Amino acid sequence: MSATAWAWLVVAFPLAGTIVISLGWRAIPGRLPGWIASAMILGSFVCSVLATVKLQDVAPGARHASSTLFDYAHSAGLNIGLSIYVDPLSLFMAMVVSGVSFLIHVYSVSYMTSDRGFNRYFAYLNYFVFTMLLLVLAGNIIILIVGWAGVGTASYILISFWYRRTTATAAGIKAFVMNVIGDAALVIAAFLLWKNAGHHVSYAGIFAGSKTHFSHNQGTLIAACLLLTVGAFAKSAQLPLHTWLPDAMEGPTPVSALIHAATMVTAGVYLIARFHPLYEQAPTAANITAGIAAATLFFAATCALAVTDLKRIIAYSTISQIGYMMVGVSTGGYDGGLFHLMTHAFFKALLFMGAGSVIGAMAGIQDIDRMGGFRKSMRFTYITFLIGALALAGMVPFSGWFSKDEILGFDVHRGGYSLILAIVGFAGALLTAFYSFRMVFRIFHGDAVPEAESLERGELFHGEHVNPMTGEHEDTDVGFPGAEHHIAERELPMKFAMGILAVLAAIGGIVAVPGVTHWLRNFLDPSFADSRFVHTQPTDTASWIGLVIGAGIALAGITTAYVCYLRQPGTTARLIARFPFLHRLFVNRWYFDELYDAVFVRPAATMGRFGHYVIERGFVQGTLVGGATRIVGAGTSIARALESGYVRAYAVLMLVGFGGLGLYFLLQAAF
Amino acid sequence: MNVTWYVVLSAFLFAIGAAGVLTRRNPLVVLLCLELMLNAGNLALIAFARMWGNGDGQIFALVVMVVAACEVVVGLGIIVGIFRRRIPEDVDALSELRG
Repeated sequence: MSATAWAWLVVAFPLAGTIVISLGWRAIPGRLPGWIASAMILGSFVCSVLATVKLQDVAPGARHASSTLFDYAHSAGLNIGLSIYVDPLSLFMAMVVSGVSFLIHVYSVSYMTSDRGFNRYFAYLNYFVFTMLLLVLAGNIIILIVGWAGVGTASYILISFWYRRTTATAAGIKAFVMNVIGDAALVIAAFLLWKNAGHHVSYAGIFAGSKTHFSHNQGTLIAACLLLTVGAFAKSAQLPLHTWLPDAMEGPTPVSALIHAATMVTAGVYLIARFHPLYEQAPTAANITAGIAAATLFFAATCALAVTDLKRIIAYSTISQIGYMMVGVSTGGYDGGLFHLMTHAFFKALLFMGAGSVIGAMAGIQDIDRMGGFRKSMRFTYITFLIGALALAGMVPFSGWFSKDEILGFDVHRGGYSLILAIVGFAGALLTAFYSFRMVFRIFHGDAVPEAESLERGELFHGEHVNPMTGEHEDTDVGFPGAEHHIAERELPMKFAMGILAVLAAIGGIVAVPGVTHWLRNFLDPSFADSRFVHTQPTDTASWIGLVIGAGIALAGITTAYVCYLRQPGTTARLIARFPFLHRLFVNRWYFDELYDAVFVRPAATMGRFGHYVIERGFVQGTLVGGATRIVGAGTSIARALESGYVRAYAVLMLVGFGGLGLYFLLQAAF
Repeated sequence: MNVTWYVVLSAFLFAIGAAGVLTRRNPLVVLLCLELMLNAGNLALIAFARMWGNGDGQIFALVVMVVAACEVVVGLGIIVGIFRRRIPEDVDALSELRG
């Protein structure tokens, strides 16, 4: 079988899973839907590995292939096939997405066991993976948009999975609206490229067309690239379209791990990496993208310092880490950006799984102020979470250390504007190390909270069923979380998923150790062979110096966290008292939500109310519809008055009528 | 032949019938008055047929008689029903069809 045939199977497996589970949700018993879904994703992963193996057989220059199944749309001047494009970049994404998704599916089988929406959940989850794989394997920009929109939909339905929680549905709507902003930008970008770059929809056609139709840094091309950036930023939750991601934590924790850490949000990074020839031809757009991404990575890190909701800390950390990837791919450090994408998928999924485990032990409470001392009672979670945090902090020799510093090392080497971005990145790395260990120390160290003590006695703490955001009471029926909460120590599938991810997060860096292994670069090279930056790589010595600096920064951050939370507890309280303004700024997420609320949401709601009360009720229902009914009503009341029911009255009417008619004809005849 | 007198008589009979329909409240009498009106019409028809010297009007009169017979069947049926159910014999009381 050819590489494209395997790639078709990659897409087909999760689609089959969705269809089977959603049609047979009543018939398939117990946990079986979860296992079917997991098996489908495993099938996808195996097929993507096989496609990769197949593709490695040919010469590096020829490692790309596309295949069309049928005409997706064939009309006026457009001939769009339902096609996929296979090259190292798309297969790399497919492997990361399907591999991490498989582990998260396995984890979910345990995590969602008691939930009444178990089957629905796995149908959604498979649908999500299907759209994501369609997105990364899409053979032309139209299919890319189809996958892109599908991912947005999947995100919406999974965030709103507990649909009786009003906060969850509101978060789902927010995510969807934000995503649609990006979708619209992407569609306009596709149109601009189609119109101005020689009517191509395939990637190769667009890139070749833009070479001939656009001069270097031409305005239209910059506009198209910036629109692509808007699309990427909406999906990847970068400034200023980031506010949906922290709210998206309303979904089940594995969903947070799957969509909002490991896979979906990296679609923006993939988009920019995929369209890198355009960005290289329009450096202004690339610089703007990189600049905003750098601002995002710093901004999100400051929020993660102050927020106390465990899942939201990790969410801000995700935004920040994607900022690194965005900086990487938009400055030309494609290997570094994608390397970080991969390692981030490992350690962030791991952190979310650990967080899900802790939240399970806390009976749904997510506030880290209420947590503490879980080190003894949840040893497995502690170790895996610690590995994830070390990788996130960029500590020697965990995977994040190699990948983050590859991005920063590249930008230092490129110099100029990129150097500024790299400095911001290093500052962000310090904050990253600090907030990673803020989580570790606050959750696992310190005095054991009652929940941790009861766990040490071997019993799982059962709290009331409440919405962690609002404190509203809930039942455990469909539409709300299930009754039982499961933690890692008690369920083998969760332990399995976390264990594998912990190993990957720890050793994932071996694919690109400077001076030792160049597996990732060699693998991805055919996709980026046309890049201007293909030879702009720091020397191994420079890379190692960067790594040492990165390790020093990570160590400094961790030490600071250690001093602040364990050595001298209360330091942070003094800092808050000292800089109340800064703390308020960070805790309120720089007032972005309030700003959007005031500028967009409330005016829109006011306009909606105006439309409802004045236009709809007043004009349409009152004047137009109401007027018509009143006219008809007046007419019928006359007719009703005539229908008196008195036979003699009818007889009078008839006589008068016929008499009148007769008189009329007589007069006609007379004159 | 001069039909004036016949037509005048017919008009008188029709007016008497119509006045009866409009003023009387007993359904049986109303029915009788209707018959009177129909037969006034018949008289006029036959007079005109005689005037023109052909049979069209006579045939029309026969049709009217058939209609009158049908109407009597239905009307008397209703009146018998009214008596059976001891509903007041007053056409004004029978006004359930008011809109």
